[in-house]
Amino acid sequence: MAAERMTISQFLANRRGRRRPDTSDLLTYLYLTIGTILMFGPVLWLVASSFKTQAGLVKYPPPLLPYQQVQVEVAGFDKMLPLYEVTLEDGTTQEMAQIRRVGIEARMIDPANPDAGETKVNIRQRTPVEEVKLAWENYLDPLIELDNFDFFTYLKNSIIVTSVATAITLVINSMAAFALSKYQFKGRDAIFVLFISTLMIPITVILVPVFLVITSIGWKNNLWGVIIPGAATPTGIFLLRQYMLTIPDELLDAARIDGASEWHIYWRIILPLARPALAVLAIFSVMWRWNDFLWPLIVLSQNDYFTLQVGLNAFQGELQIQWHYVLAMTVVTLLPITLVFAILQRFITTGIATTGMK
Amino acid sequence: MRLLSILDPLTRPILLLLVTVVDRVLTPIQRRIGIDKMGYFFVLPNLLIFGIFVLFPMLLNFYYAMTGGTKLFPEDRPFIGLGNFDNLFDCGDFLSPNSCQEDLFWRGIFNTIQFVIFQVSGIVLFSLITALVLNRKIVARGFFRSVFFYPVLLSPVVVALIWKWVLQHEGVLNAIVEIFGGESTRWLLDPNWALFWVVFVSVWALMGFYTLILLAGLQSIPPELYEASSIDGANNWQDFRFVTMPLLMPTMFVVLVLALIRAVQMFDQIYVLTGGGPGTRTQLLVQYIYTTGFASQIQLFGLSAAASMVLGITLLILTLLQLRLGNQSSLA
Repeated sequence: MAAERMTISQFLANRRGRRRPDTSDLLTYLYLTIGTILMFGPVLWLVASSFKTQAGLVKYPPPLLPYQQVQVEVAGFDKMLPLYEVTLEDGTTQEMAQIRRVGIEARMIDPANPDAGETKVNIRQRTPVEEVKLAWENYLDPLIELDNFDFFTYLKNSIIVTSVATAITLVINSMAAFALSKYQFKGRDAIFVLFISTLMIPITVILVPVFLVITSIGWKNNLWGVIIPGAATPTGIFLLRQYMLTIPDELLDAARIDGASEWHIYWRIILPLARPALAVLAIFSVMWRWNDFLWPLIVLSQNDYFTLQVGLNAFQGELQIQWHYVLAMTVVTLLPITLVFAILQRFITTGIATTGMK
Repeated sequence: MRLLSILDPLTRPILLLLVTVVDRVLTPIQRRIGIDKMGYFFVLPNLLIFGIFVLFPMLLNFYYAMTGGTKLFPEDRPFIGLGNFDNLFDCGDFLSPNSCQEDLFWRGIFNTIQFVIFQVSGIVLFSLITALVLNRKIVARGFFRSVFFYPVLLSPVVVALIWKWVLQHEGVLNAIVEIFGGESTRWLLDPNWALFWVVFVSVWALMGFYTLILLAGLQSIPPELYEASSIDGANNWQDFRFVTMPLLMPTMFVVLVLALIRAVQMFDQIYVLTGGGPGTRTQLLVQYIYTTGFASQIQLFGLSAAASMVLGITLLILTLLQLRLGNQSSLA
């Protein structure tokens, strides 16, 4: 934590005016340090663990870094042999490769001098020689072939759901917000209140009937069944409407005088001007959809239609958890959101602070 | 957004075509119905989806709650009036779930109440402390703000898996505990520890969101007030007690109610982390709704719908509470 130490010395130098640092400052940075470790630690631990081999994962206490036993090539053997450090009878130690193990006896050979022949060693006399090595196969195996975990299908489904749902949400929410903010028609306020009043009614409350609707339409085990029900977000309408109210009506009138149709006004004037609000909604929609779990879990029961979250849950719920794959795939699943956050960090945090929505 | 502009050459012609086609169709309509009525057209797609997938199901839910059987389609379901509610509320003693016909429902309710109390107080306490800390003049505030916010973005499944890995018996937490001379524990198999960790993990995952709201609240307090109080000779504690707290109260209420609403609906994280176990120790209300209707051999949709109405009413009360506590400009 060299960075931490630097911040501390920095803050000792210049704090609130020219006041001398007191205990409250110390507590502040102590809190922040512990907080940082607590918040990032588990995630980093996940990432570090995801690079360990299956054998490395069962080691306890777990080493910090991913170690693997060194394998060496020995003349006269087709396969790579695991390398051990062997304590010989005369007390000296030597690195030797193991040919095979029978009971408590291991047959070892000196890789540097294979002609010297095999040596029999008690397995207590040998310890594996290890090196830090990343087990990329945890990431690559599921991508290529795993019977019960079709990563690419899940990824594809998640991307489809996230992008299509976000596009639809943006279009229909912005159209509705446009109507509700810029037109005078009968029932307008009633419609707005109706939309907004469901702000706190999550799909959890109406799972059964929505499931019926989806089944009737034939959208069970169909990505549309995941995409459409949540598309008419009250949050989005509220956010966009509030924003569009600030667009002056004169702009619209001027365009009408120039002969623009209403659709044209929506597309050419309203949408470009509402871009900041649309961007906020887009980010949230991506987040909602990428992370969505309960509803996809209900709609999608066939492996081929699983999204990443549902697939990951099914995969980790198996009797024998294959942790080395589960960890790697968890990292892959959190990667896109992490990247988006890293790029748009300031935008997201200020967006939430000002709109108060998630 | 600049990243997306790479796609422009590809998407622009398609969009242009779409826009022109829609315009062709709409212009005659607009001529006939007049400008103001075009509002109906713009609101229509959203209204349709809303009507079919939110409003209609909401009404249908009442009907489901009053029907029995295991068939999904309403015409196949016998009407049983308040039978499902009778079942749910058939208890010898409301304080002991074992005496109830639907003991899992009541366990769910009690577990939810416990969870909500611990989780919401945890969230309010820690997000308040964090917001106060982040509001001080500190180095790299943006960085630290992001640190506490980052878990908010992670999916519940990912969050649960991260912690499942940390908490497993041969996991890193037990290793750390042993270094300090403690005994390794099966964290998620011990009833009390399981509840603790379920609460802890959800506070971990969500507090950043509320921290941001509180931080915004803190930053909207005019600095002149602190200047005035320092002229009056107030110390730090008095500053906090008589300036910060009263002015932060509205935001605190928003946070409290939002956290309550969220906590009552808790499901996915716990479902992946403990599956509701050990036994039914961490099975909350939403998991009961899900299991009863969708994840058991016999799918009791009516019972599930009835239980979801109990949840709905709870949420309604909380929402009204929020509206009562002042029309905050923030929503969520």
